[in-house]
Amino acid sequence: MDVQTLTFIFVGATFTLYIGIAIWARAGNTDDFYVAGGGVPPLANGMATAADWMSAASFISMAGIISFIGRDGAVYLMGWTGGYVLLALLLAPYLRKFGKYTVPDFVGDRYYSDIARVVAVVCVLFVSFTYVAGQMRGVGIVFSRFLEVEITTGVFIGMAIVFFYAVLGGMKGITYTQVAQYCILIFAFLVPAIFVSMLMTGHPIPQLGFGSTLVDGSNTYLLDKLDQLSAELGFAAYTAGKKSTIDVFFITAALMVGTAGLPHVIVRFFTVPKVRDARISAGYALVFIALLYTTAPALASFARVNLINTVHNAEYKTTPSWFKNWENTNLIAWVDKNQDGRIQYSAGKAFRGKPQFLQERGLKGERKISNPLTDNLNELYIDRDIMVLANPEIAGLPNWVIALVAAGALAAALSTAAGLLLVISTSISHDLLKKMFLKSITDKQELFFARMSAALAIIIAGYFGIHPPGFVAQVVAFAFGLAASSFFPVILMGIFSKRMNKEGAIAGMITGLSFTASYIIYFKFINPSANSAENWWFGISPEGIGTLGMLFNFLVASLVSRFTAPPPDEIKDMVDDIRIPQGAGSSYHHIKS
Amino acid sequence: MSDSHSPQAKAYWKANIRIVLSLLSIWFVVSFGMAILFVDVLDNFRFFGFKFGFWMAQQGSIFCFVILIFVYVYKMNKLDHKYGVDEDRDNFSKDDTYYDNKESQK
Repeated sequence: MDVQTLTFIFVGATFTLYIGIAIWARAGNTDDFYVAGGGVPPLANGMATAADWMSAASFISMAGIISFIGRDGAVYLMGWTGGYVLLALLLAPYLRKFGKYTVPDFVGDRYYSDIARVVAVVCVLFVSFTYVAGQMRGVGIVFSRFLEVEITTGVFIGMAIVFFYAVLGGMKGITYTQVAQYCILIFAFLVPAIFVSMLMTGHPIPQLGFGSTLVDGSNTYLLDKLDQLSAELGFAAYTAGKKSTIDVFFITAALMVGTAGLPHVIVRFFTVPKVRDARISAGYALVFIALLYTTAPALASFARVNLINTVHNAEYKTTPSWFKNWENTNLIAWVDKNQDGRIQYSAGKAFRGKPQFLQERGLKGERKISNPLTDNLNELYIDRDIMVLANPEIAGLPNWVIALVAAGALAAALSTAAGLLLVISTSISHDLLKKMFLKSITDKQELFFARMSAALAIIIAGYFGIHPPGFVAQVVAFAFGLAASSFFPVILMGIFSKRMNKEGAIAGMITGLSFTASYIIYFKFINPSANSAENWWFGISPEGIGTLGMLFNFLVASLVSRFTAPPPDEIKDMVDDIRIPQGAGSSYHHIKS
Repeated sequence: MSDSHSPQAKAYWKANIRIVLSLLSIWFVVSFGMAILFVDVLDNFRFFGFKFGFWMAQQGSIFCFVILIFVYVYKMNKLDHKYGVDEDRDNFSKDDTYYDNKESQK
């Protein structure tokens, strides 16, 4: 069967599964809708958290990025896993004991202040919308590349599916679809990696193949070979770092702390029955995440060696079909600078900017571009997303593996989108309406508003997916920076310091937020040409500045709280109470009444 | 232990902080220490086909993170039990019926 038919079958089957789960797991009340009734078993929550967390970026882009930047890719690998240690040890068990629905709930109650609640809601909405726009776009792109439909149609199909299970099932529907989506995405990620590892090193386990010798008879280690190839083509060594140590330090810290502070991840720990379950499900979640995150760097190096071997000095006319297919989807471009009909691949950009394709074809049949050429020897442009999406084709794997990758990428994008949409709708119906503006509404009415806001959020997210604001890529730094400089410190101090009061928390949040936001806005939007190491404070890039914002937040909060009135006694009692696991079950019954 | 102000509760919290701090210092050493600050030094050592610093940065630190969480879970469960604050002492029959309800709803 051809790839497209297989892709239709795989994607169709997985979508039917998601709809089936949605019908099976309908939400009956707000408790089901917000936290799946608080009755999710820890293992299922671990899987759901992993799917919630691993987005289109983790599935499609991360291995590709690592493939091109080598060792420095560790900032993402460690940043997006190390945060779970902070989450498990410092936040999850206590937030579960607190036993409400949302992050603004905790901030508002602990700091006995509606101002703090509103600041938190604004951050939640900003962070979540930033993130969800990228997911919807990812859904559209996968549809357009694998099924040859318009991106817009792809986004509509994605919206319809998410609409179905998020509006109908709320957190309950989302949780159980995420469990299914995790299984699909991890299978889809591991199968090609295992195949490639077998082909290149003879080891079925990619993590071992990563450190083994190649089976091409040269008896050299994979990574040594990669360093050697990189040197030949003029790239920096794959296993050496290029970023400064301080920048790597700060980016890793910002991503870790940001991960621990992201509302759609935190809220997953409200769904388990006990404090003990919150702890262990963070452990399960990290195991499930680590499966992908330790495979990705192995895949990155396999794909890189494969790519160089396949394309460098190859004659364009005889390149395998995947090369031309991906050229047709704008992800590959080739300019024959020296007119020899062969592809020369080396360090540096082949031309300025993203390829602008013309209608006509060149002498060798390649698609012509209108970009101004650079004067280096490199003739090849490769989009980094290709390293995962085209990897099965590059390695010559069977068609069903290619179809599987499409279904996996969709599972990754949809599961994250659904988790984010739920957080958005909860913020509106619960934090804004129920807690502030329409305090008298009944549970049924609140559930209605929750469904309405979920529907509205999907429409807005879909709009961003079809008309992506040009700044989506830049604002990812924002999402993590804001979570790191606002939520994480405020929640941490709320649990570990009884002296922290509302004045301190609000001052800290505002300082952290405004500092981080202005640094990022300055370098990314106002003066992008100055965005280089010599202009950065202490050599810290905008991606890592959230760490400094977090430190300022801590500093300002503790200073201000020292000079203002301590929190009331009932707040101190509340802090005492969340520090002890006992009674988490009854706190659940308490919130229900 | 219903009174959360008791000396018992204070001792429990202190022991909790001690566990968290000791595990977080390992977390810091394996990631920020070995994989970032001293990565170039460790790269002088081979570990199978890897430079050791590179392996810590792209593989080893993640394995350590997983282990750290499970050690934390084990130690906290033991601590909860020792101080009598574990949830087995809650009256969980309520929650059991809750699970049952859940099943019947489906």
